Amino acid sequence: MTCCKIVTDKAQQLLGWVDERFPLTTLYREHLAEYYAPKNFNFWYFFGSLALLVLVIQIVTGIFLVMHYKPDASLNAAGVPVAFASVEYIMRDVAGGKFIRYMHSTGASMFFIVVYLHMFRGLLYGSYRKPRELIWLFGMAIFLCLMAEAFFGYLLPWGQMSFWGAQVIVNLFEAIPVIGPDLSIFIRGDFVVSDATLNRFFAFHVIAIPLVLLGLVAAHLIALHEVGSNNPDGVEIKKYKDANGIPLDGIPFHPYYTVKDIFGVSIFLIVFAIIVFFAPEGGGYFLEFNNFFPADSLKTPAHIAPVWYFTPFYSMLRATTSDFLPVLWAFVALIAGLTFRGTGCVWIKRACLLLVAGLYWGFFGLTVFGFTPPPIDPVVLGVHLGRGLDAKFWGVAMMGGSVMLFGLLPWLDQSPVKSIRYKGPLFKTILTLFVISFVLLGFLGTKAPGYAFFGLIPGGPVAAICTILYLAFFGLMPWYSRIDKTKPEPERVTSK
Amino acid sequence: MSDNKQDASGGESCCACSLDSRRTMLAATVGAGAVVGLGVATPFVASFMPSERAKAAGAPVEVDLSKIKAGEMITVEWQGKPVWILRRTPEMIAALSKNDAALADPASERAVQPEYVKGVARAIKDEFFVCLGVCTHLGCSPNPKFAVGSESGMGDAWNGGFLCPCHGSQFDLAGRVFKSMPAPTNLVIPPHAYLSDTRLLIGKDSAEA
Ligand code: HEM
Ligand code: FES
Repeated sequence: MTCCKIVTDKAQQLLGWVDERFPLTTLYREHLAEYYAPKNFNFWYFFGSLALLVLVIQIVTGIFLVMHYKPDASLNAAGVPVAFASVEYIMRDVAGGKFIRYMHSTGASMFFIVVYLHMFRGLLYGSYRKPRELIWLFGMAIFLCLMAEAFFGYLLPWGQMSFWGAQVIVNLFEAIPVIGPDLSIFIRGDFVVSDATLNRFFAFHVIAIPLVLLGLVAAHLIALHEVGSNNPDGVEIKKYKDANGIPLDGIPFHPYYTVKDIFGVSIFLIVFAIIVFFAPEGGGYFLEFNNFFPADSLKTPAHIAPVWYFTPFYSMLRATTSDFLPVLWAFVALIAGLTFRGTGCVWIKRACLLLVAGLYWGFFGLTVFGFTPPPIDPVVLGVHLGRGLDAKFWGVAMMGGSVMLFGLLPWLDQSPVKSIRYKGPLFKTILTLFVISFVLLGFLGTKAPGYAFFGLIPGGPVAAICTILYLAFFGLMPWYSRIDKTKPEPERVTSK
Repeated sequence: MSDNKQDASGGESCCACSLDSRRTMLAATVGAGAVVGLGVATPFVASFMPSERAKAAGAPVEVDLSKIKAGEMITVEWQGKPVWILRRTPEMIAALSKNDAALADPASERAVQPEYVKGVARAIKDEFFVCLGVCTHLGCSPNPKFAVGSESGMGDAWNGGFLCPCHGSQFDLAGRVFKSMPAPTNLVIPPHAYLSDTRLLIGKDSAEA
């Protein structure tokens, strides 16, 4: 008994000593014990903490991989690239190496699953809306970093998919007018994807991007704790507080949500372990078959596709062909026109005008003259003003733009309510169409260009329609979110 | 003395001009700092450019043509990229002009190619087609599809050519791109020269060799 008391007393003293020098107790209170979160969190609120968990898994397994991995594209005595051989060495000769690598590669796919679900939660409950715009924007930046991190990491094993994937993505930058060709050389550090490219991608993958990622995660959480979490009802719990200033519908994060999140973590880890032990290749979706062959700069494998998490955006790039451009132009102009009319934000209005003007200029030559040069083709600083930019450029613009569109959501949504629970049938239908399009685009992106559903319905037109639906979800939001028949929001959170 | 101290700690300046000159000093310091920052950034940015070693790589490559059978293609590496040498059969050469109507740029007006390769066949000697095996879309290496008609799996009208696995661009046996493909232009022809009837040099123009 007394012994116990001595220990707790000593611990108290130690804590006191620390607190005088570092705000440990204050931080613990502000962010855990006295951080009040809405009491009605549901399934969709698991994914934030899971994303943190996966980040830790990636960093820890990554550190152990770096201990054996060698970023070197030169050939070893057996004629195999050193980088590729070092990954095989990890798989075959390093004790436990196989599992560390499988945890890292499975972690990459799980990261995207978790993050996509986390973002979808935002769409469901309007979590991006005032006052949480910055949380959303930090989240977007995290998403971009994650894509960069996965892209850089994918080159490291120096397999066929690594090499040709990097080749295609780096060449995307070549489509940017004027600076493009030099830019892609600048990124590669060589005229082809080579050892120089591998080494710099390694530097980005293991230190530069993870550091930025950690900083952004901190910013994301600081912003979150400043304004407080949203919830499935989309109403602010801070509106009703008790005499001590504590939200009536809030409960302390610790122990209530720490316990809930630990439950989520347990389920997640079960799934994670099943994949790592029984299906580490994820049916060719997590680790692609062709990446078990070393990079060959002279031969592209017969079927190349990016890893599944990039395929929705990649499909939109592929759908942007010169045939489809005129149709796309008409639709984008229409959507931009409706966005212009619907939005209350002057910056979005200006962006729409700029977009239509840019598109008009850019498409002009292409749609009217096909690939042949027009009768007048003034050249300013090496840019052909009359010819129009080709489909390659628009494909790239489409791929980049479709990712960025998420960032505009806080200013596109004009609905009087936040949560899908109180939104009308119009929003629900359009959101469903959006999810279907996104999944179809993702599926088609994993298939070869000539793919047809059941050998009957050609994938090309389907991808084109889905691309338009994807754009319409964002572009038409100011309009449909306003005219939709919403239900009144409750005053306080409900417990369904 | 003590008055002065109070002024300074109160954040107020004793006269308007001294506030102005502090601003000027501040601006000048920031400006100078920015110049130094740019200077420091230069070597880091420059280090991203290809190194001297990377620039020096890519000597011309010599190829023995006598070993290539008619209808066969070999791939050699030049500057880290695949270069194809296809020995075309007379039927292959004859079929080239059948494609013209379906091509984006049949006369290769916008193609990147040396002056000395002209016409439909895009070669110095029609028999040997030398071409950079890099798709003008995003740089994959197209696969040969030399079979003709329906057995090629490329449709009945197919006269032989190349198919890019990445986004499906199609090219004919002179590397000319078909209409409405992701690839905007015909495949690039690298500089090359014949040293003799059977010896080809890739990477040097005919005039130089
Ligand atoms: C932040 C999230 C991260 C993501 C999404 C990610 C993703 C990836 C991916 C997709 C690969 C290729 C997988 C394969 O084919 O095995 C990879 C490989 C690799 N990563 Fe990461 N990574 C992350 C963090 C890290 C960190 C923090 C480190 C080091 C401190 C690291 C070190 C490595 C190494 C050495 C490889 C190559 C070995 C291998 O291919 O198994 N990664 N990463
Ligand atoms: S790289 Fe050849 S079609 Fe895209």
